[in-house]
Amino acid sequence: MTLVAAETGVSASELLTIVASRELAGRNTVFAGIGLPTLAVSLASMTVAPDLEIVYESGVCGAHPSHLPETIADAVLITGAEAVLSMPVLFGYVLQGGHIDVGFLGAAQIDKWGNLNSSVIGPWDKPKVRLPGSGGAVEVAANSKEVFVVMRRHDSRTFVEELDFCTSPGPDRALADGGRVRGSGVTKVITELGILTRAGVRDELRLTAVHDGISVDQVRENTGWDLKVSEDLRVTPQPTVDELRLLRNEIDPRRVYLR
Amino acid sequence: MTIQAPTTRPVETTAGRTKNKVLSMHEAIGRYVRDGDVVAIEGFTHAVPTAAGHEIIRQRRKNLTLVRMTADIIVDQMLAGGCINTLVSSFVGNSSAGSLGELRRRIERAEPAPLEFQEYSHYGMICRYLAGAQRLPFFPLRSYFGSDLPRIQQGMRKVASPFPDEAGSHEDIYVVPPINPDVTIVHAQRADRSGNTQMWGLTGIQAEAVFAAKRAIVVVEEIVEDDVIRADPNRTVIPALAVDAVVECSGATHPSFTQGYSDRDNDFYRAWSGISGDPVRLSEWMNEWIYGTRDHAEYLAKLGEDTTARLRVGQALSGRVNYGTRLEPAGNAGNLSKEQQQ
Repeated sequence: MTLVAAETGVSASELLTIVASRELAGRNTVFAGIGLPTLAVSLASMTVAPDLEIVYESGVCGAHPSHLPETIADAVLITGAEAVLSMPVLFGYVLQGGHIDVGFLGAAQIDKWGNLNSSVIGPWDKPKVRLPGSGGAVEVAANSKEVFVVMRRHDSRTFVEELDFCTSPGPDRALADGGRVRGSGVTKVITELGILTRAGVRDELRLTAVHDGISVDQVRENTGWDLKVSEDLRVTPQPTVDELRLLRNEIDPRRVYLR
Repeated sequence: MTIQAPTTRPVETTAGRTKNKVLSMHEAIGRYVRDGDVVAIEGFTHAVPTAAGHEIIRQRRKNLTLVRMTADIIVDQMLAGGCINTLVSSFVGNSSAGSLGELRRRIERAEPAPLEFQEYSHYGMICRYLAGAQRLPFFPLRSYFGSDLPRIQQGMRKVASPFPDEAGSHEDIYVVPPINPDVTIVHAQRADRSGNTQMWGLTGIQAEAVFAAKRAIVVVEEIVEDDVIRADPNRTVIPALAVDAVVECSGATHPSFTQGYSDRDNDFYRAWSGISGDPVRLSEWMNEWIYGTRDHAEYLAKLGEDTTARLRVGQALSGRVNYGTRLEPAGNAGNLSKEQQQ
């Protein structure tokens, strides 16, 4: 979707990173995987949430990198970090132990209940596209207090009535399978068109904000289910000069993620 | 896939504390990795034992079941080498830098051959190693409720807790079976000759993967004298009793990195999608870089001084701790019997 970029000079990736970072205000502990979430958390910690602690999926807590990391396992995240944890400690004690406020995830498909597919497009045993799979997403979805999702593309193939495969379920599916629910599941979905919000169990995603220049109809047309719209729908404030400068010059100057 | 209960027999191992276990990479792979084995190669982005994977390809091992949490470039290369027919993994991708071409062709189009893929999540894999290392029949975790993953394979089962909660009801929980690889291969910074292995930076799942295995190969940047290890015993992540072979191979992780020794070759990760996306180009790459090199020293020499210089790292020494000594004269206390000590 190039509409936003054409009017403001801000790319879709930049916009959704900035929007995602603003949603982190007031949160303390964030679990970040690979990709745009890492950028959003970095930006939030430099703007709206200075006390934000990032727990990287590689096992690093309280990183103080000398250079900007290119991956969640970059050597510069280790040197000078407050803690480096093994996998059983990170996933078992920190994540399953209930220490994470916000888990940040991406996905190839999402449905109205915040269930996520990062495994396959098409049938699992004969996929049209084999995607990376869960990584820690199943655990992040099951154990974080809430989950934020960043979706690069917002169209009827990514926002679907029915997932091709449910890799990481939200609490409604978990309850139906006899599970005990620990968090709200997906509460925010940040896309190139706007923000979808969901309160928790038995609530479905609804449109709560559109980005500048995007109409409600446009979002509904690009969503694969009958998307409900919030009564107090807002328009996303434009990225500030400061946010753009931090993102472009300090966080991802080599354009690893900002494609 | 059939899930079998694990054996309860004691661990059969050739590992021990005092033996000199130093082998060349060629010898270690030749002796401990056999056709049809279940092979775990671990290292979570950090310390990926690439050189061992290359040697498995050179020795043309076949029909391996490869177990690896993050199946990345080394897995794509071993697939291209025809070594693997089953993959057990929780993430199949080239980090954030793109796709694995050979893996996708195998899974999406069965080209040039189908690949059996057992898909897990990270914590599912971790719990399988934890069960394997402890010779337990299964390990519980709070994942998979409502996921489609338990529908596509038998390796995730729901059971009722035998213990009632406060309300008197019995919670359902998913369990996963153990992994007990025939051989696990990991990389670390240093070890002594008997296999006391010290590791720092991201330590991932390496210790659990080694303890879960029937045989274990540890590849290190350098083999050091015993007193280097004994000066900092808490840094020994894997003790000698779990290790069968120690291989010294500097720079063995390229394009991955080894904390304090060499940095990650991000350019190579970015280039890999292009190489592996085209089967002809991939075959040429395999011929040139793996079959065309006798060992990892030749691979590194071929990589060239420009690349190795680019990946060199500076110094950031750890702080020091005081392990303490007893102040009374040492004498020969270590040799006294209990009666004599009293």
